[in-house]
Amino acid sequence: MKIMKEKATAVTYLGIDIGSTTAKIVAVRDRVVIYQKYERHMSQVRQKTHEMLLAAQNEIGEGEIKVAVSGSAGLGMANAASLPFIQEVFATGEVVKKYAPETDTVIELGGEDAKVIFFKGGTDERMNGTCAGGTGAFIDQMANLLSVTPDELDELSLKCERIYPIASRCGVFAKTDIQPLLNQGARKEDIAASIYQAVVNQTIAGLAQGRKIEGTVMFLGGPLYFCKGLRERFVKTLKLDSDHAVFPDFALYSVALGASLYAEKSSDPMTLSHLLSAIENSKTQKAETNHIPPLFESDSELEAFRARHSKASVPEGDISSYEGPAWLGIDCGSTTTKLVLIDEECRLLYTYYDSNKGNPVEIVRGQLEKIYSLIGNKIKIAGSAVTGYGEELICAGFCVDKGIVETIAHYTAASHFDPKVDFILDIGGQDIKCFRVKNNSIDSIMLNEACSSGCGSFLETFAKSMGYPVDRFAELGLKGRSPVDLGSRCTVFMNSSVKQAQKDGAGVEDISAGLSVSVVKNAIYKVIRAGSADELGKNIVVQGGTFYNDAVLRSFEKELQRNVTRPAIAGLMGAFGAALYVKRLGLEKSGIISPEKLSCFEHKAVSVRCNKCENRCPLTVNTFSSGAKFISGNQCDKGAGIKESMQDKLPNLHRYKRDKLYSLACDTGEGQRGCIGLPLSLGMYELAPLWHTVFKELGFKVVMTGQSSKEVYAKGHFSIPSDTACYPAKLMHGHIQLLIEEGVDAIFYPCITYNIDEGDSDNHYNCPVVAYYSELLNGNTEELSSVKFLYPYLNINDEKQLAKGLCRYLSDYFEGITLKEVRRAVGKGVQAYKDWMADIRREGSAALSYARENGIPVMVLAGRPYHADREIGHGIDRLANSLGFAVVSEDSISDLAPCPRVSVLNQWTYHSRLYKAAEYVSEHDDCQLVQLVSFGCGVDAITTDEVRAILESKGKLYTQLKIDEITNLGAVKIRLRSLIGAMEERKKREEAK
Amino acid sequence: MSERVMFTEEMKKTHTILIPTMLPVHFKMIAQTLCSYGYKAEALENSGQQVIDYGLKYVHNDACYPSLLIIGQFIDALNSGKYDPHKVALLYAQTGGGCRASNYISLLRKALVKAGFEYVPVISLNISGLEENPGFKLTLPLLHRMVYAVMYGDLIMLLRNQCIPYEKVKGATEKKCEEWTNRLVEEMASSSINYRHIKKNYAAIVRDFDSIPKTGEKKIKVGIVGEIFVKFSPLGNNNLEEFLVSEGAEVYMAGLVDFCLYCLQNSLVDKQLYGAGFAKTAVARFFKKVVVAKQNDLIKAIKQNSDFTPPTPFDHTFSLIKGYIGAGTKMGEGWLLPAEMLELIDSGFKNIICVQPFGCLPNHIVGKGMMKPIKEKNPGVNIVAVDYDPGATKINQENRIKLMLSCARDIEDTEEITEEKTEKKEPVPV
Repeated sequence: MKIMKEKATAVTYLGIDIGSTTAKIVAVRDRVVIYQKYERHMSQVRQKTHEMLLAAQNEIGEGEIKVAVSGSAGLGMANAASLPFIQEVFATGEVVKKYAPETDTVIELGGEDAKVIFFKGGTDERMNGTCAGGTGAFIDQMANLLSVTPDELDELSLKCERIYPIASRCGVFAKTDIQPLLNQGARKEDIAASIYQAVVNQTIAGLAQGRKIEGTVMFLGGPLYFCKGLRERFVKTLKLDSDHAVFPDFALYSVALGASLYAEKSSDPMTLSHLLSAIENSKTQKAETNHIPPLFESDSELEAFRARHSKASVPEGDISSYEGPAWLGIDCGSTTTKLVLIDEECRLLYTYYDSNKGNPVEIVRGQLEKIYSLIGNKIKIAGSAVTGYGEELICAGFCVDKGIVETIAHYTAASHFDPKVDFILDIGGQDIKCFRVKNNSIDSIMLNEACSSGCGSFLETFAKSMGYPVDRFAELGLKGRSPVDLGSRCTVFMNSSVKQAQKDGAGVEDISAGLSVSVVKNAIYKVIRAGSADELGKNIVVQGGTFYNDAVLRSFEKELQRNVTRPAIAGLMGAFGAALYVKRLGLEKSGIISPEKLSCFEHKAVSVRCNKCENRCPLTVNTFSSGAKFISGNQCDKGAGIKESMQDKLPNLHRYKRDKLYSLACDTGEGQRGCIGLPLSLGMYELAPLWHTVFKELGFKVVMTGQSSKEVYAKGHFSIPSDTACYPAKLMHGHIQLLIEEGVDAIFYPCITYNIDEGDSDNHYNCPVVAYYSELLNGNTEELSSVKFLYPYLNINDEKQLAKGLCRYLSDYFEGITLKEVRRAVGKGVQAYKDWMADIRREGSAALSYARENGIPVMVLAGRPYHADREIGHGIDRLANSLGFAVVSEDSISDLAPCPRVSVLNQWTYHSRLYKAAEYVSEHDDCQLVQLVSFGCGVDAITTDEVRAILESKGKLYTQLKIDEITNLGAVKIRLRSLIGAMEERKKREEAK
Repeated sequence: MSERVMFTEEMKKTHTILIPTMLPVHFKMIAQTLCSYGYKAEALENSGQQVIDYGLKYVHNDACYPSLLIIGQFIDALNSGKYDPHKVALLYAQTGGGCRASNYISLLRKALVKAGFEYVPVISLNISGLEENPGFKLTLPLLHRMVYAVMYGDLIMLLRNQCIPYEKVKGATEKKCEEWTNRLVEEMASSSINYRHIKKNYAAIVRDFDSIPKTGEKKIKVGIVGEIFVKFSPLGNNNLEEFLVSEGAEVYMAGLVDFCLYCLQNSLVDKQLYGAGFAKTAVARFFKKVVVAKQNDLIKAIKQNSDFTPPTPFDHTFSLIKGYIGAGTKMGEGWLLPAEMLELIDSGFKNIICVQPFGCLPNHIVGKGMMKPIKEKNPGVNIVAVDYDPGATKINQENRIKLMLSCARDIEDTEEITEEKTEKKEPVPV
C-alpha cells in the first residue's frame, strides 16, 4: 500500500466501517488509498474510532475531507455525530459495481453478519436472518472452544481428513455438536474444517434462499480474508475454479471503501479536527438502550450477600496427613472436567476444576497421575465413579468402577448439602439442568433445548471477546450502575442486543450485569418456565460452574426474590455427587487403572465410517493402551460392535413403520400411463398407502423416495427459502431433487388442509407446513419446471369428493382419465390406508402385550408420523431399545384410549393422537411417554404443555426431546437414562411402602 | 382442566370488556360499538417493556410473538390497578383456522390461571360458533355496525399514511385523525346508523385530509404486508410505520376489511374444493356481497373527492394470486399475503416489507416462500422479510429495512438516468 504524505489540495474521502467486533477506516485521495487501518474495538466504539482517526492525523492532514460511516455498530455514532450513514451491504455493492462489475455474486462475512449480494438479473442483496448466528465471532468462539487461536484453527483445518456434520443453523447448535466430538476424541484438524464447512452451509442455506450461487463469486470480509481453510471450503462446496473465485486485496476494507465512495457523493466538507470533535462530543450523548436496576444498590448490600454465601462451604481434609480409604468422583462435562477425592467423612481431600481444553482424556490422565503421587500408599482408592458427557469414554479409558447419570450425581450431592432440597438448578458450560425433588427422588427433569443454551460458556467466550477473563468480567458486573436489558432468548439474539447496547455506548460493567440477568431469565422462563418462585420450591440449591459467578447468582436471587443455597463447591457438585454415590455402594475394591498402568497410558482416536448398515454413521474409535476400546458417534448398537443387541429383539413400532414404508417404496408397479413420483416426507409418511395405491390402480408407475439422509438434505438445501422452517420440511427439498434425478414424469404432493378425521377432536387440520408445503416448493424449486408438479387441494375424508377433485385435476395433465376409474382407484386407496393403519395398530397392541408378558417397560415415542424417519428421528427409537424399552409410536396406540379433555383447541389430527397416547400412558404404570419435537415446530409450543399436563395429572413423568438437523444423541441418552433412574427410584419407593 | 369461566348475562352490566390493541383507531370504535349495545367495553392502550415481560413470564416462550404481546397486555392491564380484576372480562378474536392463532384464547386462559386471575372470563369473538357465552351475543345488527367501525378505521389509516410524510405542518395529520376518531366514536355510540350519513362522512373525511397542506416532494413508497398482528400493531412491529416515515418513506397497508373478506372468501373456496357446507357458504356469500359493496362505496368516495390511492377492490386482489398460489391456502394470512404484495406492486409500491413473528408457520410458505416467484415475475420489485420476536433487536430490523430503502433509492436513480449509464470498470485504488 502506497502512502502519500505530500500536502495535496485534493479532498480526502474517509470511509469508516464499524462492525460488530472491528473498526476499519480507509482514506482515499485522488483515487488512491492513502491510509487504512483495521482494529478490534472491544465495544468501545466511539472511543476507538476517535483513537484510530487521531493516529491517522499525519496521513490525512488538515485539508478538506468528506466522511461517511457504515457498519452495524456505526449507526449510533453516525447519528450522534451527525455524519452521513450508508448501510453496509449497500456500501459493498457500490464498491463491487465500481471496481469489479463482472462479479455475479458477492459473499461477505463479517464479525456477526453474513451477506450475499446477487448482481446478475437485478441487484438482490441479502443479509442473514435474526436466527442465523454470526460468522467471524462464531469462528472465534469455536477456536476458543478448541483452545487454539483463530490462526491456529485455520492451519489445523488445512490438514483435515474428513468433515463431520455440524449444525449450520446457528452458533449455538454448532457448539452443541462440536462438544461431543471433542469429548469423543475426534481430531482437531477435522473439527476445524468441519466448523468452516458449517459456516459455508449456513451461508448457502440461510442466504441463497432458492437462488444458486454461481458465476464469478467475490469473497469479502475479515474471516474470508484471513482464513485460508474457510476459503477452501467455500470454493469446494460451490465448485468454483480459480477464475470464478475472487479474493480481492480490499476484502477487509470493502465496506469502508464503499463508505468513502458514498462520502464523495453525500457528505459535506469538513476537516479532521472538526470530525474528531464531533465524535468526541457524541460520546457524551444519552443512550437509548433499556436499562434495569443495578444488581446491588450499595457496597454494604454486596458485603451482606458475600457473607451469606460464604456459609455454605464444605469441610476440607488434609491429603498429606489422612490415611485410609478414599473415593474418587470425576465429572467429565461438556467444557470442563472436574475431579473430587473424598475421605471417610466426606471431606474434600483433593479437587480439580478446569476447562477440558478439548481433550478430557489427557486432563484426567494428568490429574490421576497427580493424585497417585499425592496419596502414595497411605490412601487407597476404594471406589471411583464418573459422570457427564464424557462418562463412557473416561469409564473405558481408565477402568472407572461406575458410570452414573448426571442428574443422579447432582441430586446426590445437593441432598448431602441440604437434605430438604426440593429444587436443583445447575447451569454448566453447555447446558442448564434442573430437577424437582419430591419424596426423596427426582420428580421431573428439565434440560435446556438446543436453542436456549445461553449458559456459562457463553458468558466466558463473551468476556474473552471483550478482553476480560470471566471472573474479572463478573466482578465488573457487580458494579454496573445501570445494567442493559438484553432479552432472554438464544445467545445469537443476545449478541445483537449487546451490539445495540454498545452502539448506544454502554460500558463493560453494564453489559456484564445485563448478560448475567439474561442467562438467569433464560433459565427461569425458558427452561423451567416458572411463573413465580413458589413454583420452584422452598429449598433451592444452585450449582454448576456458572454459579461461581456472583453476578449470575445475584441476578437469580433478584429475579426469584428469594435467597438460595450455593455450595462453595458449586462447580464440583457432579464430581462430588459421583464420589458420594460410589462411596455408598460400598465396593470392596476399586478396579481403577493402577499407577503402573497409568504411567504407560496411551490413547488414540481414529475416525472411520461404520459399515454395519446403510446408515453409515461416522464413528470415532478410541483405543487405549489397556486394550479397551470405546466407539462413539454410532446411532445403534451395531456400530458399537454389539452383536446380540436388545434393539433387534425388542418391539419397535418406528422401525416397523419404516420397514413397511420402504417395502412399499420398492413396489413401483409397471404402469403404462407414466411415472409418478411421491416424495416420502411430511404428510406422505401418513398417506403413502393411499396415494401409492391410487396411482398404481390408475395405471401409473409409482416411484416413492426412501429414507432421508444428510446427502438427501444437501441435494435440496439450495432451494430452501425459510431457514427457520422445521427439518422435516427442509428435507422435502432433497426428496424432490431425488425424484427429478429419477426422471419421473410427474411429482405428486397434494395440499391437504384437512387431515384424516378421526372423529373425536374439535377439528382435524394439518399444520400449515404439512398442508401447503407444495406451494412453497412450486415457487422456489427451479427444477420443478422440468416435470409436472401435481399439488391439488383435496378432501381426503370424502371418497366421492376426493375422486371428483382428483379426476378434475389429473385430466388437465393426463389424457383419458375417467371419473369412473378414479373412483375405483380412490376406493381401493382408502381401503389400503385403512388396512395400513389397522395393521399398525394391531402391531402396536401386539408390542404392548409382548412387553407385558415379558415385564419390559414400554416407551411411547410420540411425535408425528414423519418422526419415524431415521434421519429425522436420529435413531432415538433404537437407542430406547438398547436401553431396554419396547418402543411404540403414538399412532399405533392412540385408538386404545379416549380423547382426554384438553384446555386448548384440539384441532390437528396428529396432535389429537398425541393427547390420546398421553391419556393411555397416564393410565398404565408400565408405560412412559417421550415426546419428539422438531425444532421450529410452532404447533408443538401448544401441544407440549398439554401432553405434560395430561401425564402429570396422573403423576407420570414427562420427557421432551427437541430434534433438529443435528441432534446430540449424548444429551438424549442422558435424558433417557435419567428417566430410567427416576422410574427405578419410584419403583423402590413403592416397594418400600 | 376445569370448566371455563362463562361471561354471564349479569356480567354484561357489571363487567368491563377489555380489548387488546391491534389497530388503535379501529379497536376504539369497535369498543364504542359494543358500548352502544349495552356492554361496557374499553380498548387497551398500555404498552412498553412490561407488556413483553408479562408475556414472557406467562406464555410458553416458543409460542408466537403476537400471543405473547396480547396476553402480556391483558395481564399488565389487570395488574395495573386501573381495573377491578373481578369486574372485567377479556375479549379476543378467534378464527378457528389451522394456525396457532386459534389457540390464543386457550393460551390466555392458561396464563390467567398462572397469574392468579383464573376467575376472569375470556370471550372469544368468532363467527364460526367455536365458543359461546350467555352474556355475549354477536348479533347481526352488532356485526353490521362493527363493519362500519372497520371501514372508518381503514379509511383513516389509509389517509393518515398518505398525508403524514408530506404534511407541511408537523402534527397536522395526527390532529385530523384524532378529531375524526373522536367524532366518529361519538356517532357510533348513538343509537341509529344511517348509511347515507356514513357515506357523507367518508366524503367529508377524504376532503378534510385532502385539505392538509402538503409539500409535494417525492418519497420512497413502501408497502407493508405480513402477519396481521405485527403488520398492524405498533407494539408488535417496533413502531415500523413511524420509523419508515422518519426515513423518508410513504407507507401503504391494505386495510383490516380485506382480512375479513379473506375469511369469508375461504368459506366459498372450501365449498369449491371440498364440496361440503352449503348453508355456511350461502351465509358467507351474502356477507361477502354486503361488505364488498361497502368497500366499493369507500373506494368511490376516495376517488371522487381526492387523488389519494384508494384500496384495491377485493375481487381484484383475489384474482391477482393466479399463477402464484392456490386459493385453498387458508391458514394464517394464507393467500391474502402474496395477494397483498401483488396488489402493492399493481398500485406502484415496488418496495415491500413482509413482517412476521419469528418462526411463523404459515409465513414460511405464504410470506418467505412466495418472495422468489413474485420477484421473478415482477422484475424491479424489492422485498425484505423482517422477523419480530421479544429478543430481536430494533437495530437488526432497522438495518435490514435501511438496506431495503437504499436499494429502493438505487432502483429509482437508475430508472431516472437509464440508458446513458453503462457500467465502467475502474482500477482498484491501491
